[in-house]
Amino acid sequence: MRGAAYARWAVCVTVVALAATACGGSTGSSGGGGGGGGGVLSSSWGDPQNPLEPANTNEVQGGKVLDMIFRGLKRYDPDTGQAKDMVAESVSTNDSQHFTVKIKKGWKFSNGEKITAASFVDAWNYGANLDNAQKNAYFFEYIEGYDAVHPEQGKPTAKTLSGLKVKDDRTFTVTLRQKFSTWPDTLGYNAFAPLPRAFYDDHAAWVKKPVGNGPYRVESYDKGSVMKLRKWSGYQGPDRAKNDGVDLKVYTDNNAAYTDLLSGNLDLVDDIPASQLKNVKTDLGKRYINQPAGIIQTLAFPFYDPQWGQGKEDLRKGISRAIDREQITKQIFASTRTPATDWTSPVLGKDGGYKKDICGDACVYDPKAAKKLIEGAGGLPGGKIQLTSNVDTGSHRQWLDAVCNSINNALGKRKACTVNPVGTFADYRNKIADQSMPGPFRAGWQMDYPLIQNFLQPLYYTNASSNDGKWSNRTFDDLVDKANAENDTKKAVTTFQDAEKVLAEQMPAIPLWYQNGTAGYASRLSDVKLNPFSVPVYDQITVG
Amino acid sequence: MPDGPGPQQPESPPPEPRDPASQRPEPQRPGPQRPGSQPPGAQPPDPRRPVAPTAGGAAADLAMDEGAALELPYGGTPGGPVGRPRSLWSDAWRELRRNPVFLVSALLILFLVVISLWPQLIVSTDPLACDLGKSQQGSEPGHPFGYDTQGCDVYARTVYGARASVTVGICATLGVALLGGIAGGLAGFFGGWADAVLSRTADVFFGIPVVLGGLVFLSVVTGTTVWPVVGFIVLLGWPQIARIARGAVLTAKEADYVQAARALGAGNTRLLLRHVAPNAVAPVIVVATIALGTYIALEATLSFLGVGLRPPTVSWGIDISNAAPQIRNAPHMLLWPAGALSLTVLAFIMLGDAVRDALDPRLR
Amino acid sequence: MGRYVIRRLLQMIPVFIGSTFLIFVMVYALGDPVAALFGDRAPDPATAARIRRELYLDQPLWKQYGHYMAQIFQGDFGTAFNGQPVLELMAAAFPVTLRLTLIAIAFELLAGIALGVAGGLRRGRAVDTGLLVLTLIVISVPTFVTGYLLQFLFGVKWGLVRPSVSTDATFQELLLPGLVLALVSLAYVTRLTRTSVAENVRGDYVRTAIAKGLPRRRVVVRHLLRNSLIPVVTFIGTDIGALMGGAIVTERIFNIHGVGFQLYQGILRNNAPTVVGFVTVLVIVFLLANLAVDLLYAVLDPRIRYA
Repeated sequence: MRGAAYARWAVCVTVVALAATACGGSTGSSGGGGGGGGGVLSSSWGDPQNPLEPANTNEVQGGKVLDMIFRGLKRYDPDTGQAKDMVAESVSTNDSQHFTVKIKKGWKFSNGEKITAASFVDAWNYGANLDNAQKNAYFFEYIEGYDAVHPEQGKPTAKTLSGLKVKDDRTFTVTLRQKFSTWPDTLGYNAFAPLPRAFYDDHAAWVKKPVGNGPYRVESYDKGSVMKLRKWSGYQGPDRAKNDGVDLKVYTDNNAAYTDLLSGNLDLVDDIPASQLKNVKTDLGKRYINQPAGIIQTLAFPFYDPQWGQGKEDLRKGISRAIDREQITKQIFASTRTPATDWTSPVLGKDGGYKKDICGDACVYDPKAAKKLIEGAGGLPGGKIQLTSNVDTGSHRQWLDAVCNSINNALGKRKACTVNPVGTFADYRNKIADQSMPGPFRAGWQMDYPLIQNFLQPLYYTNASSNDGKWSNRTFDDLVDKANAENDTKKAVTTFQDAEKVLAEQMPAIPLWYQNGTAGYASRLSDVKLNPFSVPVYDQITVG
Repeated sequence: MPDGPGPQQPESPPPEPRDPASQRPEPQRPGPQRPGSQPPGAQPPDPRRPVAPTAGGAAADLAMDEGAALELPYGGTPGGPVGRPRSLWSDAWRELRRNPVFLVSALLILFLVVISLWPQLIVSTDPLACDLGKSQQGSEPGHPFGYDTQGCDVYARTVYGARASVTVGICATLGVALLGGIAGGLAGFFGGWADAVLSRTADVFFGIPVVLGGLVFLSVVTGTTVWPVVGFIVLLGWPQIARIARGAVLTAKEADYVQAARALGAGNTRLLLRHVAPNAVAPVIVVATIALGTYIALEATLSFLGVGLRPPTVSWGIDISNAAPQIRNAPHMLLWPAGALSLTVLAFIMLGDAVRDALDPRLR
Repeated sequence: MGRYVIRRLLQMIPVFIGSTFLIFVMVYALGDPVAALFGDRAPDPATAARIRRELYLDQPLWKQYGHYMAQIFQGDFGTAFNGQPVLELMAAAFPVTLRLTLIAIAFELLAGIALGVAGGLRRGRAVDTGLLVLTLIVISVPTFVTGYLLQFLFGVKWGLVRPSVSTDATFQELLLPGLVLALVSLAYVTRLTRTSVAENVRGDYVRTAIAKGLPRRRVVVRHLLRNSLIPVVTFIGTDIGALMGGAIVTERIFNIHGVGFQLYQGILRNNAPTVVGFVTVLVIVFLLANLAVDLLYAVLDPRIRYA
């Protein structure tokens, strides 16, 4: 029986192979922290969506790395969020339109190259140039000459921004197209980071192993699984790393990362899954962080649909009042969200423009008033309301269900509000771009920089890049323009707040809640905290 | 001594060597795993041949395997009860009535169908009435199974969830059986290029992993009803049934009585409808019954990936996928809908098992 | 035999083209991936147009497909959106999934055959009935439920194993996910073995072997099992393809960076090069595995000959 012999042979080979590798593979796991030795910690990470070029990284996971390996002209203070000079010695202006930037002495890239004015100017020119198709190119749109290097149609007619001029090794000037008093405060964003020559000379190699000027340098980058960052001993800045390094490990599911933290295979998780929030205090005790971050969730309305658009303020306010924010943030999010009472974020602070209760009564839960407002406005269009969101991340499904139930309960109906889940984020963005939202839809906003301008202009200014509901209001636009041209920061902030009051009257988007940053860490770490962008401040963490 | 050929079924005729220029152009599946595609003369000796795992997962393969075993009575085994279909069916019915497995599963299915149609019979709470304040609380009087994350009554949702799950199971199975049965039957009966095209098309669909297909297809085709999900299952499920039906028809059309009818001048339509189809339908029924259970489970997996049924439809799949990550906090949320789902799948698979046993005379 | 293999290989060509085209159309239907690259912000039209041109997305569907296939035949599977060649992704992902599949198959073989023989030798008795019910239950529970349940019990509650898999994905870490992945197929192997053994145990050659006075153990292992395992081995062969493609759920729960992970990421980001590339390889694996099994069967069973 030849056949049976083969059969047994097949069984044995598989078993032997398994046994052999199982025995040989025992060195892989390490006890304690799962992160390498000594002062190196391991942290959860998500696969960055884009190559790690500063002007091409527009999401948190890539930004996390750039924040470790780069230092720009300014840096947002991890505690207060204020933009403070880092590589810049000074950024000065007389008219809010012409700026002179002077950089500090002695800064270097981790490959030894000196940082000069050209390191910045060349990097910005690269980022703005359409030929390089950088996703953050619009950050340079305020600089003069942007139209020539990044025309809306056709090929660029210039390679460099005419508004950028190198004066000497440590000085360059910037000319803006319009007055923009708070422009220097935007310079902490990653897109404005300096780049070494190696970036242009051997681009492929640089992307494989980025070289920057931050407190960490990339030791190895295994795409899709782990990036090993180590303390760079030659770092010049004041915020030298207090640990020996960080291993960023890619997780697809934050639940898996959390279970790894519990079982001692991971040191730091910077996103606690919603399903574990109920256990997190018993699991981690004091090693759990829950603090405000510059993220707000809103429900935007499709103003291209007359059923929801102009003249329907009462309907929109009624829906806002039907949402029991207190209970949803408590039950679904275990208090990792705070009910929103304006359209900005508490991390801005009072001076930065956050003002409690700008929304007023319209954001207070009152089912009776809600019902009255909605019925007074002629009821829901067709008796129905559909809430749309992508559901592939961020427990969106759960809170959407809860919001719908809240609205249904307020109206005393069962199927008036339904959730319209979209399977993927890509699909969701395409539907928004096609203007095919059947009703209110999720509009989350994570700030690029801690300015009140960043919470208002990109989202509600006419035809702004993230004005997904296509709301348009002259008074609001005028106030924003006025605030931007204001030389005095305090006056600018109050003018922005005036603009925000227009939102309260018109309710183009319902503020739902401010999102907190959450994190949990192993007992061998200390001094763990999150910055206002909900990213861990890695350089301050101490190990052991 | 044990090395003698054909220990498994000595009375089976030795398979003939394949001639590449045989009258059938598609002898591409001579292996054991595609029993349906073989000309009857070349059947491998083992009646319990395994089938290739398909995109539908092993459970669906199981269904294929067990259904495939049924072809033998129709001509694969000389001396088998090749006869009038009526006697087979009445024999089977007599057998089934005495089988406790059949009785239990049939009663269970009957119960499920009744509560799918009239859930109010055993539950008075509204499954969509939710009080977030009671999120994930345990059982209390009037709410025996407790509450889910949204504060909805788990008992009401479990009972009401039967409707969507049973609808998906039955409709998808009907669709698969009709589409696959007709396509496979015609291909098997007429052979030639139509058969070739069908077999290749079926292979194309087999090659696509089912979960992947679901993610993509259901991201594109959406809606609040069960129909996109049903449509998707039909789309990826029909090749299985088509193979079974094709094989059964191939076997049946070689039978003496069909040849006799052909000799008497019967047309193709009459041959197919009156003589071949009634004798080829049994394997399809068996596979379909077992596959039904697997389709219900598939709906839950699709919900887990976020592309299955959608609220306000109440379904076990939705509830299970919501509850699975909460297993630490509220195991009761998972237990009841998952238990109901398993029981239903079990009932249909057991029914299919029993029907197969009843239709397979060698097991009597 | 040689001619048969060539004919089979030729028949794979239309199936291969059909499968890849089908998946290409499906991913294409998902829509434009470029918008998602810009996050919660409407893409700047000029940059978006530039990216579309670089990704060949501004061409009609059939041209995109032709372009893609031409690339593949030159060994170039395109580039994922994060700038990494899809081939590199494959080189990282397939070994991991292969290990997972091997473990799953080992479970199927060891546990499935042992249980199947136990049931088949005592057909109709309590052990057999119990096993039948058990396998049915396993089949009726969706994989993601068993996955979360076992991960919670073994990984978190009892702390016996690591609850998720590290980037090294060693064999030990993959044991639990492998078991989860194998469970349904394991139930199937059990049933298959049981039926096969139950039938063969009545065979003349077994009776003869017993009559010769051979010890029971020897009869079971040398005579009975040898003949009963043929269908099981061939089943396992064809199971490889299904396991590799079907691991999306398991890989997600246990954070395994294998084929399923890459496919899921690719779908979430509408990343056609990744999705189509991986599925293409899976289709090839599936087709070759089928061919291998058919040939293996002929080797195992001398009565089958392919012209």
